[in-house]
Amino acid sequence: MQPETRLTADMFRPVTDNFKDAETIGRPSISYWADVWRRLRMNKLAMVGLVVIILLVLMAIIGPMISGYTYYKQDFTSKNLQPSAEHWFGTDSSGRDMFTRIWFGARISLFIGVAAAFIDFVLGVIYGGISGLKGGRVDNIMMRIAEVLYGIPYLLMVILLMVVMGPGLLTIIIAMTITGWIPMARLVRGQVLQLKEQEYVHAATALGADTKWILMKHIIPNTMGPILVNVTLTVPTAIFAEATLSFLGLGIPAPRASWGTMANDALVSLLIGNVYQLFIPGFFISLTMFAFNVLGDGMRDALDPRMRK
Amino acid sequence: MKLTLREAPAKKDKKQDTLLQVRNLKKYFHTSGGTVKAVSDVTFDIKVGETLGIVGESGCGKSTMGRTILRLYDATEGEVLFEDKNVHKASTRELKKLRRDMQMIFQDPYASLNPRMTIGEIIGEAIDLHKLASGAKRKARIQELLTLVGLKPEHINRFPHEFSGGQRQRIGIARALAVEPKFIVCDEPISALDVSIQAQVINLLSDLQDKMELTYLFIAHDLSMVKHISDRVAVMYLGKIAELSESEELYANPLHPYTEALLSAIPIPDPEVERKRQRIVLKGDVPSPMNPPSGCHFRTRCPYAMESCTKIDPVWQEVKPDHFVACHLYNKDIMGADVRKIR
Repeated sequence: MQPETRLTADMFRPVTDNFKDAETIGRPSISYWADVWRRLRMNKLAMVGLVVIILLVLMAIIGPMISGYTYYKQDFTSKNLQPSAEHWFGTDSSGRDMFTRIWFGARISLFIGVAAAFIDFVLGVIYGGISGLKGGRVDNIMMRIAEVLYGIPYLLMVILLMVVMGPGLLTIIIAMTITGWIPMARLVRGQVLQLKEQEYVHAATALGADTKWILMKHIIPNTMGPILVNVTLTVPTAIFAEATLSFLGLGIPAPRASWGTMANDALVSLLIGNVYQLFIPGFFISLTMFAFNVLGDGMRDALDPRMRK
Repeated sequence: MKLTLREAPAKKDKKQDTLLQVRNLKKYFHTSGGTVKAVSDVTFDIKVGETLGIVGESGCGKSTMGRTILRLYDATEGEVLFEDKNVHKASTRELKKLRRDMQMIFQDPYASLNPRMTIGEIIGEAIDLHKLASGAKRKARIQELLTLVGLKPEHINRFPHEFSGGQRQRIGIARALAVEPKFIVCDEPISALDVSIQAQVINLLSDLQDKMELTYLFIAHDLSMVKHISDRVAVMYLGKIAELSESEELYANPLHPYTEALLSAIPIPDPEVERKRQRIVLKGDVPSPMNPPSGCHFRTRCPYAMESCTKIDPVWQEVKPDHFVACHLYNKDIMGADVRKIR
């Protein structure tokens, strides 16, 4: 037989003490963007991409200055030289230093990429934002216009533009953005359509917020993630498109160079066996594409709330 | 934190001023498939300091009605008068002033707080929009509101995802209270919460009502919770109000066949009674609000449906003091001598 245990008052203590801390949060506070950065840092490939982009930008700034040559100086006594201590990346068929031209070309290519992405971003956010926010008939008409514009053959439009405006940096950027903003506008519109029915947007309306306030405080900050990914992925697309156009002879006029025009110039000397003249700009185009694409993919994963740990 | 429901507050005096009048309010949504008649012709008053409960099946237009009253949606027809000011005709400036008086607490505590904003920014938004305070005063006010809803002042820099459902709902309440409203639409504020937390939020709401003399429109589908918190209850079916009366009266003497069926679904916490209880089980589903039945909306599922129900819209009549019903069974002109007796 078990001895009977007596329950006495001193065996208990009031449970209320535990409730005092019921509302305390133990975890340190992490803002949304800090959390995204933490997840992005864990993605090694994306970080490699980021480092490569930073190095490319740095070299684009200082590269043309450290070789001692200029990008336009022709020296016919030393043309088609293989890479050496004198000319790190060799010289081209006009005797210009390739190392200087590569980094000068990086300035142009990166500038075109960033400018195109920025213009796409501004136009896309405004157009898509209005379309999504107004909804209904306005949305319908705006999206049909965008679709018609998107249906015009791209190369045809670019060549027409070149004929009308003449080749140049501005023409290239306009060519990139004339239809480039449409995917961005579609993305923003979709996001806005979804967000404007969120309860916190209704709550802000109920508090007396007007459309501008809701757009600035609620909708744009919440669409920033996917937009940023899209911008990151637009940069390499624009660089690649510029290279393609330049390769077809629709690019930046000499003596200025972009990676695409350098690859185009190299075709002539490819026949006499100077593969490096094509390989070097090709390598940098690929490297830039790779870096931006892995960073963009990494950001997409980092921004995805389902990946939150 | 208490987890039990307190005694229901003492019912208020009958002679009260009217705070809000809803007159023939209609809200239709035009979709590609046709017109959805979410709210079709509802009329009622809300008195100062009372809680009016709205019950009905999901999809019957409760939430749409709540949102249309606050002009989160523009009404298709009809008017809403708040202290005799027409909410749907107000200019932008007048509307902003009205928004201070009328607030809303939302159903989903996870969707009603912007995930990118801190709690301080969320509550501060209300203060900023109406320029109620700034600087240190603003911060003090936010902390005061947090304390009022049972959270801690240091939560000001936290983000919504760090809180539980019940805590988030209290943040939503603090945001609504920040502008010192007179009237709050509570759109199913507890249906997304754990049962133990429901009591917490309900107690908070009724505490705040006493403290700040608030008037509630309480939308829910939990009949016993509505009975507990409401002074009067309206029963909605397919965009229309079927019956409206004081809550004790409604639960004791349901007149509309739909109310009878709804109330018979409440389980009774007594096995003896529960076993003998007769449930009225309605046939079929709620018809589509795109194509509601002619005449009385309920006739397709009503056990007492008659010839005249298909042809004539039931009249909204006060069959006894403060007890309104829209049903032909209580209409002498239609039923003649067969009119249902009212207890």
